[in-house]
Amino acid sequence: MISVNRYKCGYCGACVSVCPIGAVELIETWIEIADDCTECGMCAGVCPIGAIEVLK
Amino acid sequence: MKERYDIIVVGAGPAGSIAAKTAAAHGSDVLMIEKRQEIGDPVRCAEGVAKPQIKEHIKPDERWIAAEVKGSRIYAPDGTSVELSEDVSGAEVGYTLERKLFDRALADEAALAGAEVRVKTRATGVIMEDGYVKGITARHLGEEYEIRADIVIGADGIESKIGRWAGIDTTLKPSEIETGAQFLVTDIDIDQDRCEFHLGNTIAPSGYLWVFPKGNRSANIGLAIGGDVCSRGKRPIDLLRNFVEERYPDGRIIELVVGGVPSSGPLEEMVADGLMLVGDAAHQSDPLTGGGIINAMNAGSIAGEVAAHAASEGDVSKARLQEYEAIWRERHGKRLERSLAVKNRFVTMTDSDLNKLVHSVEGIDFSTMNLFQMLGILVRKNPQMLFGLRKLFM
Ligand SMILES: Cc1cc2nc3c(=O)[nH]c(=O)nc-3n(C[C@H](O)[C@H](O)[C@H](O)COP(=O)(O)OP(=O)(O)OC[C@H]3O[C@@H](n4cnc5c(N)ncnc54)[C@H](O)[C@@H]3O)c2cc1C
Repeated sequence: MISVNRYKCGYCGACVSVCPIGAVELIETWIEIADDCTECGMCAGVCPIGAIEVLK
Repeated sequence: MKERYDIIVVGAGPAGSIAAKTAAAHGSDVLMIEKRQEIGDPVRCAEGVAKPQIKEHIKPDERWIAAEVKGSRIYAPDGTSVELSEDVSGAEVGYTLERKLFDRALADEAALAGAEVRVKTRATGVIMEDGYVKGITARHLGEEYEIRADIVIGADGIESKIGRWAGIDTTLKPSEIETGAQFLVTDIDIDQDRCEFHLGNTIAPSGYLWVFPKGNRSANIGLAIGGDVCSRGKRPIDLLRNFVEERYPDGRIIELVVGGVPSSGPLEEMVADGLMLVGDAAHQSDPLTGGGIINAMNAGSIAGEVAAHAASEGDVSKARLQEYEAIWRERHGKRLERSLAVKNRFVTMTDSDLNKLVHSVEGIDFSTMNLFQMLGILVRKNPQMLFGLRKLFM
């Protein structure tokens, strides 16, 4: 599962741009991950602030 | 609420506002939507722009100019530096903006030109009919509705979805973005006339660190690194904290900015039937410098004009809208191509390579050269290290 720490996230949308299937969306001040997420972790990789984790 | 327009612009950043303003000024019925409730906030930018280029689009106004800079200094990893005068670095710096106010001023101009603006309104999809984009679905205050138009202009920034929804794959690889963090630091002793750029694989791998004066005793101090070299403990926020704690232990941090910018070079296709992409959404930011404000405005202005003509002629096919892409490529394509080639070489350099580069031009007077000419000299002075780039600078 992809876990976004809302208390850390700076809602910049960098993660949205690298998702290969467009499953990540920035809604004003929070990130939503769609059900078809494949947990590839690209979004977590580029986060400037370390707010995203892939939980195994 | 109206449900039909000639043109819908999605995103009220510099690309969107200039596109909306230009199209409205050419007589189109324009709607610009922005998902944020406040245009321009939160900022995702270091706010540096070139003076002459900004003036092509809007009259400078002290309300959104935080500082004016005369030149800049580039630092090698070993601390050696070269000074660039205003003419040289002028291509990338000149003003430090207050983007919250700047973006809103641009939106205001779009509105004054006749465009309708809806904030806190997010595009959630595009309406496709017979292969054409015919409008969008949007969500505002919890309600979803359809808005139709002849042309949709996607100015939705790095997180662009408009292209994807219409069949243009805008996904970026991690190596194709720069991911960054910035503090607005105040109460520090810095030269308010000069921007600083710091290179080095410890400071900012596959990127650079900047210090942009922001007036009084403050500066935007930030860095961006390649998305592919971003990892636990070495994220932009970590690297930035290290730098600021070491260099400015007494500085006070009064703002935090995070964000990503495309460094891929422009999309191969920026238009489809009934659709145009502009600015970061079309990956038009400079791959080497990460500068994208002026690029976004340039594209918005071309796209806005072409869209207005196409809509009034009743031909919004991809072939018709390609006029925008052709003009854009002719005016700006070469420069981005060059930047991309230099960036691709730059990201492979070790600190000792970077030191050598800066040493090779130490003492050279750049005061009458632009960035292109300066890169040309670097290429000539370092034929081996920058092998293959020479033809780009002839
Ligand atoms: C850390 C950092 C530093 C930078 N420093 C500089 C610099 O010093 N100089 C420079 O020139 N450039 C800089 N840039 C790049 C610059 O910020 C961008 O290139 C520029 O903002 C691009 O403008 P735009 O209009 O294309 O997109 P944006 O300014 O990103 O605007 C896009 C807008 O679309 C909205 N939007 C997105 N999706 C939707 C949707 N579905 N519905 C409605 N609205 C939507 C967003 O909320 C946003 O307001 C920097 C970028 C970063 C990340």
